Amino acid sequence: MTTDAVEPNRRDFLVVAGNAFAAVGAASLLWPFIQQMNPDASAKALSSVEIDLSPVKEGQAITAMWRGKPIFIRNRTKAEIESAINVDIKDLPDGLARNDALPVDDPATDANRTIKGHENWIVLIGICTHLGCIPKGQAMGDERGEYGGWFCPCHGSQYDTSGRIRKGPAPRNLEVPPFEFVSDTKIKVG
Amino acid sequence: MSGHASGYEPTSRWGKWWDERLPIFRLMHGSFVDFPTPRNLNYLWTFGGILTFCLVAQIVTGVVLAMHYQPSDTAAFNSIEHIRRDVNYGWMIRNMHAVGASMFFFAVYVHIFRGLYYGSYKAPREVLWILGVIILLVMMATAFMGYTLPWGQMSFWGVTVITNLFSALDTIINGLGTAIVEWLWGGYSVSGVTLNRFFSLHYLLPFVLAGIVGLHIWALHVAGQNNPTGLDLKEPTDSVPMHPYATSKDAVGLFAFLILYAWFIFFLPDYLGHADNYIEADPLVTPPHIVPEWYFLPFYAILRAFTSSFLGIPLGQYAKLCGVVAMFSAVLIIAFAPWLDTSRVRSAKYRPIFKWFFWFFLFTCLALGYLGSKPAEGVYVTWAQIFTVCYFLYFLVVMPVVGLIETPSKLPRSITDAVLGKGSAPLPKGAAAAPEVR
Repeated sequence: MTTDAVEPNRRDFLVVAGNAFAAVGAASLLWPFIQQMNPDASAKALSSVEIDLSPVKEGQAITAMWRGKPIFIRNRTKAEIESAINVDIKDLPDGLARNDALPVDDPATDANRTIKGHENWIVLIGICTHLGCIPKGQAMGDERGEYGGWFCPCHGSQYDTSGRIRKGPAPRNLEVPPFEFVSDTKIKVG
Repeated sequence: MSGHASGYEPTSRWGKWWDERLPIFRLMHGSFVDFPTPRNLNYLWTFGGILTFCLVAQIVTGVVLAMHYQPSDTAAFNSIEHIRRDVNYGWMIRNMHAVGASMFFFAVYVHIFRGLYYGSYKAPREVLWILGVIILLVMMATAFMGYTLPWGQMSFWGVTVITNLFSALDTIINGLGTAIVEWLWGGYSVSGVTLNRFFSLHYLLPFVLAGIVGLHIWALHVAGQNNPTGLDLKEPTDSVPMHPYATSKDAVGLFAFLILYAWFIFFLPDYLGHADNYIEADPLVTPPHIVPEWYFLPFYAILRAFTSSFLGIPLGQYAKLCGVVAMFSAVLIIAFAPWLDTSRVRSAKYRPIFKWFFWFFLFTCLALGYLGSKPAEGVYVTWAQIFTVCYFLYFLVVMPVVGLIETPSKLPRSITDAVLGKGSAPLPKGAAAAPEVR
């Protein structure tokens, strides 16, 4: 080969530019085909739900549905609240609050996972953070694990009465969904 | 395909006309009729043909089932019952398809262990081997999505657990795993949307599989088949034409396999499944004990072996990620066998030390399968951890080290020698051992 062709000419420029445009065009066509699989607006728009808490006595729990996910609501006893508060954050496998209403790096204290003035109510997304099973512990007589909260039957993850992971393969605490008290006995999730 | 010139000679005018335009009969003849096949292949070599049969059977029965199945969360469960009870012969075709998946995996595992024992992964068959591992992965994806379709409790929770594996990526980049999982689901939980896309992909993947199988057979015909001695074909008496020798042996193997297959279809159609899958999917109730189909159990055991600690090593929030990485590695590591095994001798028949490690590896896989079917607690977890370590040690330590320290036993000079006895004299003229005309 001779070295005469080192200097690019108009044709080289047109070939590179043309191919580049075709490549960008083809790549951008990929996006709709990826995006079509994401949750659509109708799935996102699933409105918030209001849940009446008046029939739930101390020590009882109910499960509601929000965005296709189970929401665990438990009216905790004094002893359960105390055991949730008296935990050293350093002992927790996951030290973060995992509360959608708080900044992501807030510590996992019981206060950061409940609403002030309603500390007896713990509201959680009832999906094990390991592989998405529904933990046991809502119904009376369910196995609740060593920490008295929830126990996931799939792979043995154990949560305490604040829904924090204590033992087993799950990496994170049960998530606290965005919710508020619309009256003393009614909450709105979402 | 290549490496062997077809001996096809068209005789009719029509045959000649066709051969000049599209020599497909020449290709078929060269690949499946007069292709030189090692004369010493045993029945373990019939599983290639059996697997081809399985793929075709799954596609044929699957296409028929799709004519009656409805991929929606409200109708799927009932449409399966409709197929089993109302559709003419639907009970039989559905059983063929459901049992067929198990038979397919049974055959593929025999095929893989045969390759591991006789060193079929070694040069020059590395690409052939890697294509095989890709086939295994695509089979697993297809079977997994297929198991979703009946929309029973095990279907639903199996998908939930397995798709959630990707959320382990959240421990590396926060939010990435969740984004992927929601993309896979098309929502915030497994729903009818998920079922619909899995049905579409379950229909697609077998055809992808057929394409890769084509490449697998092509690569096989370039390198030629391995055989129980692991020796290359050296002299004409080492091989026989594929037809009728290998084809008739394949047929015997296939019919034996079909007897087993038919036994399950007609007498034990639900034996390999799980009773909970006859309860319709309920997103609010997790079955007390989620287990995958039997063919995934060893990998499931590896996944679950990583609890908050692994053999005393604390894993903390990385437990889930470790389990997921280990499970995928367990499949992928098989692809590296050609480079991990340092021995130049292919067949374990001539490898006195390696042979025992192979049998222990087989035991390890069976043990993991058993542990995968047990609840993840107490002593089962410890044993699953021990056997997980054994599984990876086989590839990462046994394969490289044994190849270096072991003295292989004496190899026969050729396949012919191995068959006719060591140091046998050259064949007398007209001996029946190689009856084909060359």
